Amino acid sequence: MTFINYAAREINCKIVYYGPGLGGKTTNLQYIYSKTAPERKGKMISLATEADRTLFFDFLPLDLGTIRGFNTRFHLYTVPGQVFYDASRKLILKGVDGVIFVADSQPERMEANVESIRNLEENLRDHGFDLVTMPLALQFNKRDINGAVPNDEMYRMLNYKREPTFEAVAMNGLGVFDTLKSVAKQILVELRKR
Amino acid sequence: MSLARMEVYEEEFRHLEGSLRRLRLDANAKAVFLIDRNGQHIAAAGDTDQFDSTSLASLTAGNVAATDGLAKLIGESEFSVLFHEGQRDHIHISIVARRAILLVIFDERSSLGLVRLRVKRASTEMEGVFEQMDQKSEVGAQGEPEPSPFSEITDEDIDALFSE
Repeated sequence: MTFINYAAREINCKIVYYGPGLGGKTTNLQYIYSKTAPERKGKMISLATEADRTLFFDFLPLDLGTIRGFNTRFHLYTVPGQVFYDASRKLILKGVDGVIFVADSQPERMEANVESIRNLEENLRDHGFDLVTMPLALQFNKRDINGAVPNDEMYRMLNYKREPTFEAVAMNGLGVFDTLKSVAKQILVELRKR
Repeated sequence: MSLARMEVYEEEFRHLEGSLRRLRLDANAKAVFLIDRNGQHIAAAGDTDQFDSTSLASLTAGNVAATDGLAKLIGESEFSVLFHEGQRDHIHISIVARRAILLVIFDERSSLGLVRLRVKRASTEMEGVFEQMDQKSEVGAQGEPEPSPFSEITDEDIDALFSE
């Protein structure tokens, strides 16, 4: 849910990184954090297990600058990818404005990718949202690994509604900002429609 | 139900800030924050500079959401008040008008009893403001809607945000 504060002249939007466990959602946020100027970002919070697996969420507030005199802020969240954290995953989707689905390019993770998209669709529906109308970008992460599933095959299996799709290597930043920009733009275009 | 957006206008913002300032004084608190249930900071009063309000908002909303989940698991609709006791500072969290979270940070200069009492009064005041906000959006939806400053956003405006 976009929050517009006319008194403080601020627009706040929420973007959620979704996808199977160990797919690179947290790595996306870490890269964005490392490459963003200090005045444009807040503190990055990671609620993780001792083994550095996301337990509840990661959070990164980003300040993109002003649009029509309104300071535009994006709050980036990741969900815990592991299957048994579904209750927490659902909570993070509350009030979401746009989703980035981070898919893992390893052949053995394709089933987990498909299952996670199905889970996203279901959890959004529980919040009254429809993935068909939700701003969405698809990221094929880990394109640098040997034996990565071919791009067109991943597209065929994972693309939901011809959403913008990006190849990425989140560890070194490839495709990370392109994916983020794509969803942020879709959210702002939605804002214009109303 | 999911709302596409929440809007706070100048008049309601001033009322909310006024309530928060009174609450802070009456409860002898260090700082008070009003947060949307999705984790967006709405308004605050008191020594807010010493706290990272964005992180506070996000973690508080996560805390409330997780506690809501727990409540539902045992058949409760919600736990409307949460209290975290520290060695020096304490946090009192409550729900206002079912959509916002009121967070009060206080120390030994106040007490849980006093905070609870003052929060009740402030919550009633703020519920009135939220009702006013609802009425405004209903009038907007039925009658002539106020022109949105965003309807004229151009592709160039959006692209400019992303130019380094």
